[in-house]
Amino acid sequence: MSVSEWLGNDGTIRKLKVTFWAVGFVLFGVGLAGWYLRLSTGHLDANYGSIVTWGLWVASYIYFIGLSAGSFLVSSLVFVFNIKKYEKIGRLAIFTALVTLIMALFSIWVDLGHMGRSWHVMMYPNFKSPMAWMIYLYSLYMLLLFAETYFLLRHDLVVGSRAATLKGRVYRWLSLGSKDDGEAAALRDRKIVRVLATIGVPLAIMFHGGVGALFGVVAARPHWHSGLFPILFLLSALVSGGALLTVIASVFQDGWTRHRDVVVSLGELVLGLLVLDVIFQISEFLVTYRGGIPGHMAGMDMVVSGPYAWVFWVWQVVLGTIIPIALLALPTRKNTHYVALAGVLIAAGIFGLRLNIVIPGLAVEELHGLTWAIVSPRVNPSYFPSATEWLLTLSLIGFGMLLFGWGEHFLPHFKKETGEEA
Amino acid sequence: MENKDVRDGLCESLPDATGCEKGDEGPGVLDRRDLISHLLKLGAGGLATYLGAHALLNATSAIAKAGQQHSAHAKQKYRYGMVIDTKRCVGCRACVLACKAENKTPPGVYYTVVFDQILENRPYDKPTYMTKPCFHCEFPPCVDVCPVSATYKREQDGIVVVDYDRCIGCRYCMTACPYSARWFDFGENYPAVEEHTPYAQIPSQEYNQFRKREPDQSPIGNVRKCMLCMHLQDKEGKYDRKSGRWPACAKTCTGKAIHFGDFMDPDSEVSTLLKERQYIRLKEELGTSPNVYYLI
Repeated sequence: MSVSEWLGNDGTIRKLKVTFWAVGFVLFGVGLAGWYLRLSTGHLDANYGSIVTWGLWVASYIYFIGLSAGSFLVSSLVFVFNIKKYEKIGRLAIFTALVTLIMALFSIWVDLGHMGRSWHVMMYPNFKSPMAWMIYLYSLYMLLLFAETYFLLRHDLVVGSRAATLKGRVYRWLSLGSKDDGEAAALRDRKIVRVLATIGVPLAIMFHGGVGALFGVVAARPHWHSGLFPILFLLSALVSGGALLTVIASVFQDGWTRHRDVVVSLGELVLGLLVLDVIFQISEFLVTYRGGIPGHMAGMDMVVSGPYAWVFWVWQVVLGTIIPIALLALPTRKNTHYVALAGVLIAAGIFGLRLNIVIPGLAVEELHGLTWAIVSPRVNPSYFPSATEWLLTLSLIGFGMLLFGWGEHFLPHFKKETGEEA
Repeated sequence: MENKDVRDGLCESLPDATGCEKGDEGPGVLDRRDLISHLLKLGAGGLATYLGAHALLNATSAIAKAGQQHSAHAKQKYRYGMVIDTKRCVGCRACVLACKAENKTPPGVYYTVVFDQILENRPYDKPTYMTKPCFHCEFPPCVDVCPVSATYKREQDGIVVVDYDRCIGCRYCMTACPYSARWFDFGENYPAVEEHTPYAQIPSQEYNQFRKREPDQSPIGNVRKCMLCMHLQDKEGKYDRKSGRWPACAKTCTGKAIHFGDFMDPDSEVSTLLKERQYIRLKEELGTSPNVYYLI
């Protein structure tokens, strides 16, 4: 039995799903220690300071929110541009966008100095701040995602709510009292979804471009201060979102058996986006290094030759870029297992990219000698996340996996759509 | 609704404030609408749009200009800042300690720091020393990025402050400050506070808020910064050196390197020094226009 055959059978998929659940539970459970430490000791256990003032949690936040924007934009291929090829992943893409958005919001919430004051961002917005814009835009985006998910599932929820089981009762609750399961209502739902998805495209571009702008406008940090930043953020979002969906389609949408074409075609899409993303990044490096301004080069130097250069060279370049590009360009691109592997590598690689945006941008001293002038662990240019930071992040990943797994398992079957319409 | 009420209230108390003029345009708007409908009938909608937009643009820019002048001249009474003589600084760090004593800042929070650097190719010369408080920039980038307007530049004297009760602790301002003048309070304590000595019972005078250091209570979890010992101002917002109501670092400077004062007063010590000596400001290219000058 060859590897492909072994991976291709349904038993393996079942094993993969069991592994998925197990990993989700373990990460979530172990990571609860991180939550406990964060909530009981505040920021005392965190390793960021007044120099590298944003750390793993902010990097995770921009990563998760990028996954969300990326998944959502890929879903628009189905709900806005009506590309039949990707139809099977439409619902899962929307649900992925919702789950990763929730993960992102938790991630940034624990990073706040005063978690209890998060409502201030709604009550006292300063619209000169890109952060305020971002917050308002992603709040709108979240409402839109909830609405779109609701209208995508409403018909099936209504049908399912007739069962006298617990599931039926939850469905009744989730269908928000709607009882109409007629064709006309279903058609109306589809129209609403189309309108929402269409509004969502510019919204997702604005809010995630806004996340890029949040960094880009900071003139004090030459590593961030670039007109390419909002666009780079969007591209990386599309790449990571597309890559994640490739993996999800493989495991949860029969991507290795009945629907190989979906995975293969997603692989092509992701390859194109990744190459574009790489071109943009190379452009950033070339202009900075040929420009030769020391302050501008310092951040890049930190990325390519600093203490965490391995994050760039091994994680980002080799694992996250070169190997997946090879897998997706060589004849292996027809093999769904290799495409899924490329998806895993890319999705992980973009996390390295996010880390390499946040930390080197801050680790470069703004005024030469500042970190020698004060001897304090909080005035330190080198940063490695603490156990609390790691644990809490793992817990969020576990939480996201469980939430996704629950939705995939419990909500009206994503698979049914594919089974019937295929 | 609440905001509107507040603005109306403001307009009553400050009839000439920016934004209050908008209400006066009531009849004007109606006239314009009539005019536009007539023009539309004549098929000159395009022209009307152009004229309308032009008029609106002129009006807005006039309002904006008036607003600027307003805040620059009518409301601002002082422009506090410092002139720091790098030649007189001996690197004793008394300013750092005085600041800590005055504001009771915790470990890792330094409203002022002293840099020392050995000059290139001149290892036996006196190193350059430089003390660096917050520069209270004319155009502070930290203020514009705060998502909740918790940090702002005071109109009356240009001091950049943090509202500890508003601040959510997102630390965006720290990334935006080009001079690393902002510090996050992680909640660490010096032993005297940790061990609940009588010193721990004395509240901090900062902002005249007299906060005691309690776990999870502001300013823990907030971004903190130099506010030129604002609590030493009198009711009119003036400092007085003779009675000791003077920023702690400037008061204590052993080499008399830190000169504090009001740049709006042409005869103040700081204004005079700028007339007489060569000075630089850090990172002029960023357009922040700091209110701390270094004599060279």
